Amino acid sequence: MTGSGWKEIGLAAGLVILAAFVPLVTDGYWLSIAVTAMMYIALATAWTLFSGPTHYISLATGAFFGIGGYLVATGMSDYDISFWVMAAVAPFVAVVLAAIVGAATLRLSGIYFVIFTLGLAEMIRGLVSWVQNNFLGSRGLYVLTDFTEAHIYWMLLIIAAVVYLIGWLIERSRLGFAMKIIGNDEGVAKHLGINTAAAKVALFMITGYFTALVGVVIAPRYSYIEPNLVFSPELSFLVVIMALLGGTQRLWGPIVGVIPFTLIWETISVSFPNATTFYLGLSFLLIVYFIPNGFVGLVEKLARRRQG
Amino acid sequence: MTKPGRTLLKVQGLTKRFGGLVAVNNMTFDVHEHEVLGLIGPNGSGKTTTMNLISGAFPPSDGSITMNGQRLSGLAAHQIARRGVSRTFQLVRVLPGLSLVDNVVAGAAFGYRKRWGAEAEQFARGLLERIGLGDHMHLPVGSLTYIDQKRLELARALAGEPEVLLLDEWLAGLNPTELQEGIDLIAELRREGRTIILVEHVMDAIRSLCDRCVVMNSGAKIAEGTPRDVLSDPEVIRAYLGDE
Ligand SMILES: Nc1ncnc2c1ncn2[C@@H]1O[C@H](COP(=O)(O)OP(=O)(O)OP(=O)(O)O)[C@@H](O)[C@H]1O
Ligand SMILES: [Mg+2]
Repeated sequence: MTGSGWKEIGLAAGLVILAAFVPLVTDGYWLSIAVTAMMYIALATAWTLFSGPTHYISLATGAFFGIGGYLVATGMSDYDISFWVMAAVAPFVAVVLAAIVGAATLRLSGIYFVIFTLGLAEMIRGLVSWVQNNFLGSRGLYVLTDFTEAHIYWMLLIIAAVVYLIGWLIERSRLGFAMKIIGNDEGVAKHLGINTAAAKVALFMITGYFTALVGVVIAPRYSYIEPNLVFSPELSFLVVIMALLGGTQRLWGPIVGVIPFTLIWETISVSFPNATTFYLGLSFLLIVYFIPNGFVGLVEKLARRRQG
Repeated sequence: MTKPGRTLLKVQGLTKRFGGLVAVNNMTFDVHEHEVLGLIGPNGSGKTTTMNLISGAFPPSDGSITMNGQRLSGLAAHQIARRGVSRTFQLVRVLPGLSLVDNVVAGAAFGYRKRWGAEAEQFARGLLERIGLGDHMHLPVGSLTYIDQKRLELARALAGEPEVLLLDEWLAGLNPTELQEGIDLIAELRREGRTIILVEHVMDAIRSLCDRCVVMNSGAKIAEGTPRDVLSDPEVIRAYLGDE
């Protein structure tokens, strides 16, 4: 174990403790922004666990997140199951989906994977809407809990911290090392004895789990759940944008991307509510064109320049 | 040198078709334990494809490969690596984003005899010393010369302590001094009693290193025997000259 590894996790722990105080010093508007930001931090970090080392752009975030949110709503509304039981169960449905999607697509090249995940998320959204409208009657699903914004914030903070810790552990494990080799040369990785498909599927399942868990925890905030809300393609794109803006080569990259972009996005959604798709596309283009390696890439380039 | 022993690898009726092209045509040969087998032949005769079939880069169209009686053909590359086959590539393929030590650890962590953590790093350093990269241990991979990249790739292939080592033109592209160093290095591996399949064009290397040679032309085996015998075989000479 290197000293910098411990320093990194120590710094992260310090930030988590600091972040835990946010609901104590603010409420109302800024707390609600903080909840949104914490949700994206958890989502973007979970996304990076898989997409960082593999370079596969996943647009399945909305599908996993939706499974979490929709199942918790169905369980609580229709079957009177407690929030906590659904929180324990729903993410595993996403894990199974991730395993199936992974096994079916990860042998293909990256571009097919992008299209497949987008199609999958849209298909699930359509399917769930259709089932609900035709068979369940279009009554709403309610997630009624006693949680305040602060509770939701703290739960998301815990998830984000756990995702970060897991990412940190993976980086130091044989799985993380395998991913690094795969990122360098997948053909070589196979010839060194690495089951590249299994390694990628394993990571995708971890991403799926935590993405769904975020969907579960955020559901009480919406209280009224409908498929179009939680199976959101916009969410999938936002997470990709934020992660790329921060940079996916480092675990902390996405966090640096989420914080400014949450504020930017908040401003855009309030000022131009009818043009969000336009701005979504524009942000995507600007980031990919001007800072393809995100803030992490910029910082490291500056550091190198100073050294050289 | 250890005397060649029992049959380790058995290739039978091995065939690979790429569409209409038969790149490897009904190849049959054995590789004995502790033996350096030269796989030679003119350009495009199917040597690399044969190596790719043995290492599992792609499956054969027909025929079988067994090692110690266990079937390798049909397995995926990572499974074959775990059973003790490692290789270098004709066009050198190092891992540029990893340190030298990690490049070698990569060969140890998932392969045949697995090592991990401090033990693997120590083992990797030892291999790098042996292979002549001891002084370059802390350089970035990108700054290595061509021969040093080839050395690194060889160290990575050795790191899993394979039963069979496949070297695809490991000596190609070296200048005369480097070539002599390279030949010495492989000679040392041979003295250690390793089992090696050597694809090579350099005649001096073939003569001095190989116990036996299998000669390919247009995908098929045209001769087999000691280097001296096959290199004086009229059909082999014709194949090489006809190609030039
Ligand atoms: N993946 C592939 N797809 C289609 N054709 C291939 C493929 N790999 C090899 N070939 C063809 O198979 C034949 C044998 O190629 P191979 O690379 O095995 O020859 P080689 O003996 O290694 O030649 P060299 O000495 O030039 O390295 C060639 O005609 C080549 O074009
Ligand atoms: Mg070749």
